[in-house]
Amino acid sequence: MENNKNGTTIILMSGDMDKVMAAFNIAIGAAAAGKETNMFFTFWGIKAIQKGNLVGQSLFARMMGILNRGGINRIGPSRFNFWGLGRWMFKKMMQKHHITPMEELRKTAMDLGVKLYPCQMSMEVMEIKAENLIAGVEPSCGVAAMLEMSDRSRQTLFI
Amino acid sequence: MAEDIKVSATLDLKGLVCPIPIVKVSQAVKGIQVGETVEAFATDPGVLADIPAWCKTSGNELVKMEHVDKGFRFVIRKLK
Repeated sequence: MENNKNGTTIILMSGDMDKVMAAFNIAIGAAAAGKETNMFFTFWGIKAIQKGNLVGQSLFARMMGILNRGGINRIGPSRFNFWGLGRWMFKKMMQKHHITPMEELRKTAMDLGVKLYPCQMSMEVMEIKAENLIAGVEPSCGVAAMLEMSDRSRQTLFI
Repeated sequence: MAEDIKVSATLDLKGLVCPIPIVKVSQAVKGIQVGETVEAFATDPGVLADIPAWCKTSGNELVKMEHVDKGFRFVIRKLK
């Protein structure tokens, strides 16, 4: 890949609905303007590209997997979640105003050629395997690969 | 102003909100030849800022942006 420094790199650390939505929105905007767009999913952000099935083998990882189950449609907003009530309310509000649902937003990004990179370290810690991730994501990678993407980009966002 | 711009495609973006209008516009522009134009009708006020910005970043020309009945009409020429 030539170093044209015109791409956009988004590092998604958050697993909150509002932040994941913003991240995909920005990625879509960048890709639609013809920029090479990469998203790096780390820690809580991984949930945005998980299938939503239960993960983990060890006791702690399994507990984590249960608490964190459900994939992109089960993530709640960073504020006013109220044990899922907020999520439900936000979904209704989004529907009312014809805002693209999360899953469709992610698909749109992928259709536009946005590349989704899972963080290997986060997968390791939470015992998430490649088969627990949705189809079409890139092979997992680490900080060096992420920094190299960022180096090719004019803008790098950490969400 | 003479209304003599020939358009190759017409998009209906009414009722669609950010970021979908941009997505549809980029796909439509991809589908036409350099020098051809695409027109679109939208209702989201966000397009007033977003379409000119998209044209700037993607390197295409905004030929026209106008208010029409309950919404906006704009014409984009593909430059590359």
